[in-house]
Amino acid sequence: MSNTELSGDIQRHEVEPVNAATRRKFYKAREPIYPKRVKGTFRNLKWVIMALTLGVYYLVPWIRWPRGPGEPDQAVLVDFAGRRFYFFFIEIWPDQLYFLTGLLIIAALALFLATALFGRVWCGYSCPQTVWTDLFIWVERKIEGDRNARIKLARAPWTFDKIRKRVTKHAIWIFIGMATGGAWMLYFHDAPTIARDFFIGEAPFTAYFFFALLTLTTYIFAGSMREQVCTYMCPWPRIQAALTDEETLQVTYKYDRGEPRGPHKKGDTWEGRGDCVSCKACVIACPMGIDIREGPQLECINCALCIDACDDIMKKVDRPTGLIGYDTDANIARRQAGEKPQTKLVRPRTILYGGVLALVCALMVIGLTSQATMVVNVLRDRTPPFILMSDGSIRNAYTVKIVNRENYEREMKITLEGPEGMTVGAVGEEAEGSTVTLDAPGDTVRSVRIFATLTPDEAYGNSIPVIIRVTDPETGEEVVNPTVFMAGRE
Amino acid sequence: MAEKEIDEPTGTETTGHAWDGIKELNNPLPRWWLIVFWVTVVWSIGYWVLMPAWPGLPGIGGYTKGVRDHSERANVTEAVAALDAQRADDTRRLLAAPDMQAIENDPDLQAFALAAGESLFGDNCATCHGAGGQGFKGYPNLNDDSWLWGGQLEEIRQTLRYGIRSGHENAHLSIMQAFGSDGLLPRETVDDLVHYVRGLSGQEHDGTAAERAAPVFQAQCAQCHGSDGKGDQSQGAPNLTDPIWLYGGDAMTIRETLWNGRGGVMPAWEERLSEEEILALAVYVHSLGGGE
Repeated sequence: MSNTELSGDIQRHEVEPVNAATRRKFYKAREPIYPKRVKGTFRNLKWVIMALTLGVYYLVPWIRWPRGPGEPDQAVLVDFAGRRFYFFFIEIWPDQLYFLTGLLIIAALALFLATALFGRVWCGYSCPQTVWTDLFIWVERKIEGDRNARIKLARAPWTFDKIRKRVTKHAIWIFIGMATGGAWMLYFHDAPTIARDFFIGEAPFTAYFFFALLTLTTYIFAGSMREQVCTYMCPWPRIQAALTDEETLQVTYKYDRGEPRGPHKKGDTWEGRGDCVSCKACVIACPMGIDIREGPQLECINCALCIDACDDIMKKVDRPTGLIGYDTDANIARRQAGEKPQTKLVRPRTILYGGVLALVCALMVIGLTSQATMVVNVLRDRTPPFILMSDGSIRNAYTVKIVNRENYEREMKITLEGPEGMTVGAVGEEAEGSTVTLDAPGDTVRSVRIFATLTPDEAYGNSIPVIIRVTDPETGEEVVNPTVFMAGRE
Repeated sequence: MAEKEIDEPTGTETTGHAWDGIKELNNPLPRWWLIVFWVTVVWSIGYWVLMPAWPGLPGIGGYTKGVRDHSERANVTEAVAALDAQRADDTRRLLAAPDMQAIENDPDLQAFALAAGESLFGDNCATCHGAGGQGFKGYPNLNDDSWLWGGQLEEIRQTLRYGIRSGHENAHLSIMQAFGSDGLLPRETVDDLVHYVRGLSGQEHDGTAAERAAPVFQAQCAQCHGSDGKGDQSQGAPNLTDPIWLYGGDAMTIRETLWNGRGGVMPAWEERLSEEEILALAVYVHSLGGGE
């Protein structure tokens, strides 16, 4: 590997892209990639996003959110034992799991919209794989030095210095992995309690299990697997091709401006040639080991580091920046045809994704704000469907389940509206005429079996429609459940 | 194989197997496959040492116990004991309740008893009485308000404990005689009695036949079933005037009952279930809705 002098202080790097299109095979051992450090706008943006995303991940479980007695005061908590999901002011019960489905639909649609507009911004900036890999590479660089030093170290024999650097690097990686796994369990338990229990060895087995699992996956995925996770394991690169089109802003090498490429000496004319000086700064900056100049490819996560690397060179050779930049296939075609490039963010595709996204968001907001504080389920007993009593009357039984979502006990009235003469009873509860009154304890499900007895008139058929109405006299809330009374006739 | 055959285009040895002229190459096994294979071999050896694995030799019997002395049966016993320990508080409160009404009045205790009772019912009672206690011919419906031996909590508990004709010394005992087959009554009288009994519950019957049987009923049946036929729970004699029949209220079935007698059996659950389990079951059966 030799570096030949180019004009001024620009170096021309004699490298082949590790994952160049021509070198890809079906089966191949991984070749390590040593991304070179980059400075610039997008690198700074990526630092900011890394700080934000990691900050959210590590700190959110510590936010307190008082909810009153008997309920956890953690803002975001997945409480498996208590079967609740808490998210600030939102409390989701197991029977409302559709909100989770809604959340996933929103996430998917937001991803669709973002991809249609700006390509793989999720992959490039905020995917955990990208963020942690970026962090791991930063650690690696701090300890082993930049690209050339790392390549040299990898080839060097196992001296004390190499062992020291490698051990330090892996130790820090494992520590970050442990912090990642450790923060994970905070989302499933009261954060301060589990943090203490964890260190004194009293946390549940699952906490240690997931701590170990996430430590391991973080260490392996961000430490040694890196770009292979994106290329081979992640389904997203395959899906995204269907979501982008010729108007999607993507990290693009503007070959209309760059070609024909070639080395350029200071003082040479720029007439009749492209702006690309074949320095391969974009190649050595790439964490995926590809050459962006080969066009859009599955491996490219659109991290934009090649933009910064190229801009740096363009400034040095006194050419306009943006040879690699966010651009669209359509604009390249327009420039080649002599037209003005333009950015079309509003397209049928983005309108569709945006519209559906807005619709689902609206449905979620309506659903979350109009949650009932009581839910009633009525199950008609089927074994037996009806009971003949000794006085010749017929009795039906119904299991009424009252979900009281308030965290205090409420008095509920269960009224059965049916034919004249129907009476209601419940084991161990007060009953008067066709109404049973009972207490529904807070934040739980009260199940009660009520009996309806009737001497059916011949005028009624076998199946008599009745209504079970559950009311909270205090709040006036009411749930109406239509069901039937089986009169026991053939 | 005498001679190795090398496939020319690939340079790989063939296995010598050919189908329709297509020869199978003797490619090496994929490395991952081989690794997994050897791992399973090593694993199985470790398993023999640690876990029960080999049956004993013929004539000796038993099996190799393994270093870990693993026993699924012991694990289950342990898990059951742990569950019992977890429920110890509730169980103690159940047993300490002054009377059974107190259990029903305490919502927590009632919920505990109902949950325990429901699963016990499914395991022990549903075979005869049905999943919902709806009963079958000869096995009473536990949802209705007609009880042979009483439907109050304490009465249900007694029945559960000692059973009916179970052979237990405290078991409920009642005898429905085989009036026909034992020759206690002549055939015509039994036929007349069928009409009388049908008449008691207001069913279609021959009035004159019933009239003929009236003195027979008073002489033979009233002792248990009462002179008005309303039965007697203290003797386990069913009420003959209501529409609920254990075996059936049609003429044929009533005649069969009179001719051959009846004598259903319920086991004494005291011998199989613990005191608290019988308590829970009694509360559950009472909650089915027929309880008094």
